[in-house]
Amino acid sequence: MSLLQISEPGESPEPHQRRLAVGIDLGTTHSLVATVRSSSAECLPDAHGRVLLPSIVRYGPGGGVDVGYDALSSAADDPANTIASVKRFMGRGVADVAKYGALPYRFVDAPGMVGIETAAGLRSPVQVSAEILHCLRARAEESLGGELFGAVVTVPAYFDDSQRQATKDAARIAGLNVLRLLNEPTAAAIAYGLDNASEGTFAIFDLGGGTFDLSILKLTRGVFEVLSTSGDSALGGDDFDQAIAMHWRIAHGLVDASGRDTRRLLAAAREVKERLSAEESADAQVTLTWGQQLHLRLTRREFEEITAPLIQKTLGPTRKALRDAGLAVSQIDGVVLVGGATRMPHLQRAVEAFFQREPLRNLDPEQVVALGAAIQANALAGNRAAGDDWLLLDVIPLSLGLETMGGLVEKVIPRNSTIPVARAQEFTTFKDGQTAMAIHVVQGERELVSDCRSLARFELRGIPPMVAGAARISVTFQVDADGLLSVSAREKTTGVGASVVVKPSYGLTDDEVATMLREGFDHAQADRDARALAEQRVEAEGLVAAIRAALAQDADLLSPPERASLDAGLASLDAARQGADHRALKSAVEALNRASESFAARRMDRSVSRALAGRRLDEVPVK
Amino acid sequence: MTPEFSRNHFELLGLPVSYTVDAAALDDAYRELQGRVHPDRFASASEAERRVAMQWATRANEAYRTLRNPIDRARYLLGLKGFDTGEESNTSMPPDFLMQQMEWRETVEDGRARHDAGALEGLRREIETSRAEMHSLLARALGGDRNYDAGCSLVRKLRFLDKIESEIDDVLDAIHDGAAAAHPVRSAKGSA
Repeated sequence: MSLLQISEPGESPEPHQRRLAVGIDLGTTHSLVATVRSSSAECLPDAHGRVLLPSIVRYGPGGGVDVGYDALSSAADDPANTIASVKRFMGRGVADVAKYGALPYRFVDAPGMVGIETAAGLRSPVQVSAEILHCLRARAEESLGGELFGAVVTVPAYFDDSQRQATKDAARIAGLNVLRLLNEPTAAAIAYGLDNASEGTFAIFDLGGGTFDLSILKLTRGVFEVLSTSGDSALGGDDFDQAIAMHWRIAHGLVDASGRDTRRLLAAAREVKERLSAEESADAQVTLTWGQQLHLRLTRREFEEITAPLIQKTLGPTRKALRDAGLAVSQIDGVVLVGGATRMPHLQRAVEAFFQREPLRNLDPEQVVALGAAIQANALAGNRAAGDDWLLLDVIPLSLGLETMGGLVEKVIPRNSTIPVARAQEFTTFKDGQTAMAIHVVQGERELVSDCRSLARFELRGIPPMVAGAARISVTFQVDADGLLSVSAREKTTGVGASVVVKPSYGLTDDEVATMLREGFDHAQADRDARALAEQRVEAEGLVAAIRAALAQDADLLSPPERASLDAGLASLDAARQGADHRALKSAVEALNRASESFAARRMDRSVSRALAGRRLDEVPVK
Repeated sequence: MTPEFSRNHFELLGLPVSYTVDAAALDDAYRELQGRVHPDRFASASEAERRVAMQWATRANEAYRTLRNPIDRARYLLGLKGFDTGEESNTSMPPDFLMQQMEWRETVEDGRARHDAGALEGLRREIETSRAEMHSLLARALGGDRNYDAGCSLVRKLRFLDKIESEIDDVLDAIHDGAAAAHPVRSAKGSA
């Protein structure tokens, strides 16, 4: 029989335990994991003391998978099975990846997201990313000595809904509890702002391996408020390597080079690019597949000339972000450089010329995103220290809308809206007796549907037949704090409803994710059940602790019957916690969640009312 | 269940129901409210609490967005007084304003054709001056005068100014992007 836990009011039933939480920067070229230990954030190194993990996954012929440096060494010899810069393919279709030019992979035009044929079979970019995340999770669990409670995973601010959803799916497949998806420049601002106790308006210029973000934030008394964000999710340091490699290919008559030779040239290009940050010229030797030795050389001046258009490409989004924030360059108090690509001197000069001030680079531009994510993860996991009550207010980067007659976009939520945000728009039927309405959700700034990204399509059925224009169909968009969209539609005169969590057109279906979870890292059925049970137990313990704490504060909001039903839910959850059936435990958790809904709502109402009452007292003028 | 949202935007933020709003007080009230209700405060709470937090934070963002923007604030306040600004249905404008609109549109088209960023920036300054005048008229109409019909008409005019300004921005974007493609990077020498 199970023992009832008895605790005094206000006393936590669980001994206070610090939850292990990490921040993960899932980068195009490198990924990092960081955590907060003894109140400061630090990146966790691998067994060789390296904090950067190359974002490269190799699928070996025998079914083995190498990640990071182990995979890096095979990139030049086995390019088709060694997937680099997979972040560029997240949430993307075949037509999108074609824009990156010749790549050595066997892409498969899978419905939704592109697939990659490897020695281990067909892999989705989501699974490839999950391998990287899984490797970082293992590193963190080993280093911290326990299972992770959760992680904050960063995404480029300019990622659209499909790319964000794909990232969240990858984290789930890697067995991570995603506490939040956090925008990379915002993460950098947290690390930077808290480190320097900064106040004012800052521009975060984040040029990573494959993505560019420019975010404008206002920092005031512990509030990080993103005013606007802009960028290019297909522009980064990789493009500079490509430009150098293309320059050499043209110079040496190698325009038709094989995938393998291209990889060798790219590796040399990256090396030369990095050396040119400190030197006036750099050399490299490349041996081509047919044995020819190439001696390659590039001066800094040549490098700056051939990559000038790429530098220029960052300035358009920069101007747009300033304009959206309603600010002039002179109103920016500081510019923070983030991302390895901001080490290039000509980029630094261009940023300095644009903002007319020297950019700040006193935190390692490659680590700062992971550090900020770790600080946020620590706070979200409930490890916040007293007085450590900063708040983050972020935005969505791209407008969300619906297709209307004629292939036009009706914007429902404009870009740079602070999240979470919800907006409803009313539509009507076009024909007499129309009983269904097709809802096509798109994201982007252009007026034509064909120029925007298609996110999802669904149908509202069962509209009672009426004359054209009589039905009142309200479509509601809700974007949560991760920047992810869900859409619901309702016919107002009859209440017929339909809703979807947006599963992007360029994404994975729930079934696909479920299959990948099954095929994931815990292979045996018994392992999976054990893991599911462990997860549900953590969930149940968290819920019981949260509800007991809430009861200790606000039990007076419940009538005796309500209190009794909540206590009964707690008792049955306690009983289920002792058992070994993860499904029974899951349904007990769900039941208690449902039973506590109105209590949660009343508690929040009380909290808000108290805030209002407090402010009115403060506002009494003092003579 | 949905939280109780009987308070209007002003009440939610503890501000007097008025067109004139103290911007600093609005910012403070918003941040204090978000500090209490934001989902980040409830990331390890129960699912029910997380959902309520998202609804409240959404509501707080909506209230702040509406009250921060003068046109949205005016329209919302008129709605509370039972007046519909009729921006979609009522397109009648006084003739002098229509004349002005046509002149402005011609300037935008000329600027587009000639890639004349300077002329467009100039037009924007002119529109900003008009906007400032309309805002003071609006403050009077919705304040002491309680002339809500005049308020509705001013909101319609201001909405037009917004539209033409966003057209100017689009043209300026196109001019800048075109320039970006045509010219090499400007040397940073002089400003270093």
